[in-house]
Amino acid sequence: MMSRSVTRKLLGSIRGVSTSARLNCPGAPASAPAAQRGRELIKSRELEKDELRPLYMDFQATTPMDPRVLDAMLPYQVNYYGNPHSRTHAYGWESETAMEKARKQVADLIGADPREIVFTSGATESNNMSIKGVARFYKARKKHVITTQTEHKCVLDSCRVLESEGFDVTYMPVKSNGLIDLQQLVETIRPDTSLVSVMTVNNEIGVKQPIKEIGTICRSKNVFFHTDAAQAVGKIPINVSELKVDLMSISGHKIYGPKGVGALFVRRRPRVRIEPLQSGGGQERGLRSGTVPTPLAVGLGAACELAQQEMEQVFLLGGKTCKAKLTKQKLFICYDHARVSMLATRLVQKIMTEIPDVVMNGDPDQRYPGCINLSFAYVEGESLLMALKDVALSSGSACTSASLEPSYVLRAIGTDEDLAHSSIRFGIGRFTTEEEVDYTAEKCIQQVRRLREMSPLWEMVQEGIDLKSIKWTQH
Amino acid sequence: MAASSRAQVLSLYRSLLKESRAFPSYNYRTYALRRVRDAFRENRSVKDPQALELLLNKARDSLAIIQRQVSVGRMYETQRTVVEPEPK
Repeated sequence: MMSRSVTRKLLGSIRGVSTSARLNCPGAPASAPAAQRGRELIKSRELEKDELRPLYMDFQATTPMDPRVLDAMLPYQVNYYGNPHSRTHAYGWESETAMEKARKQVADLIGADPREIVFTSGATESNNMSIKGVARFYKARKKHVITTQTEHKCVLDSCRVLESEGFDVTYMPVKSNGLIDLQQLVETIRPDTSLVSVMTVNNEIGVKQPIKEIGTICRSKNVFFHTDAAQAVGKIPINVSELKVDLMSISGHKIYGPKGVGALFVRRRPRVRIEPLQSGGGQERGLRSGTVPTPLAVGLGAACELAQQEMEQVFLLGGKTCKAKLTKQKLFICYDHARVSMLATRLVQKIMTEIPDVVMNGDPDQRYPGCINLSFAYVEGESLLMALKDVALSSGSACTSASLEPSYVLRAIGTDEDLAHSSIRFGIGRFTTEEEVDYTAEKCIQQVRRLREMSPLWEMVQEGIDLKSIKWTQH
Repeated sequence: MAASSRAQVLSLYRSLLKESRAFPSYNYRTYALRRVRDAFRENRSVKDPQALELLLNKARDSLAIIQRQVSVGRMYETQRTVVEPEPK
């Protein structure tokens, strides 16, 4: 117990202060050059003119826009600038046609009816709308909401607001592989539960929840089921009727679309009623008033259509593009997915064969391959990120990176404090190349080795000392 | 007819690759080249003339998109990424 709290002190609370302090732990020789290495806080600064740009490996934070999406959006930014709700002139009509076309494209991707799609400003707004909207609408008779501990901050925060309004919220724990326990879910559902919210693919560890089973459970108990599918839409096949989902949040900038737009799927059969958050002129069936941003909606639609096309292409792994060995996941029928899996396996295998004591967080099978969260033991996450300055990576989700605490998702899956602090998230997407993956893997291996050389804990482990049995003394 | 179609397809393929090489952004460039090659390779045994016509139209549209996006990319060019080789 003592050792764990001291380890936490060594690695945890000294984040953001110089490494020399961390290395001066009792009795261990600190190397002189290490003590002079720069002050730690990852200072934000603009790139110099001739400085090379880092590789982008953070596809869960956001994605670059596909050129085809930008191409679809530009006419609506330049010439077709009408308000889609203007009914009296051609500018309005052409804008409205484009908006409805985009709505159909989004609906087709998830197997819904266009009338069930509401354009919002992003997945955060969609999550807020669905959770607060459903809970408040049915609050006369149903006061219970269920969610998980690994949800996105906006879901957890919405639930906290509901708690302060007098609702009962259960934050279900997850197993150590990140998945929820279905039996526990069945037991948690009460007669006065109105909503269950579970995200499809986690943005930090990449685990894929058993949505179909959860949907069946909720249907049988007459409870509405909301899922935050921001990271999943366009990447894994989703059909809302098959998955028995009643509400689904979609984010534009996670599927190579523009930032600032998203969508919410609200089922009509059986009808889900929502109390609207935003009041106004009654646009979007009264659920979300406000002018629909036509260029952004067109961009979202184009991004969804592209994702659909890529998913329908039959692409058997073969040919010069795929040099990695085929694993048991041979039969992908999706171009993007096949490629992302191949690159992910390549990255993970390269890293794990070269350096020991690396842990992949989250279930190894039930996951989206493009989101890899690795914990490097005896190395601090922030210093590794700084050492890997040529690669754009993150150590947790972007919305929690302002605080110095380790990610709550990793804590929820039961990772040790020290491993939680040393985790890095690698994101692979449509535009990642083999060279980028190889470069990242090599740099990572190099820097982890270098940082471990400097680490006194590593020295002790090499000598065979069991860290958990050490009695640390105070100085 | 078949002979001229084949020549047409090949010339379209070559133009697509030539235009894709002009993308200033490393990621877009590599993606466009890869995607064009894979799309043509995958559809090489399509015989039905209607399907062929559809695919060729799609290819022509893609060519126009790539040309426009290359110009947009050139207008807002930025530094090279770390893995790109030095320009000679």
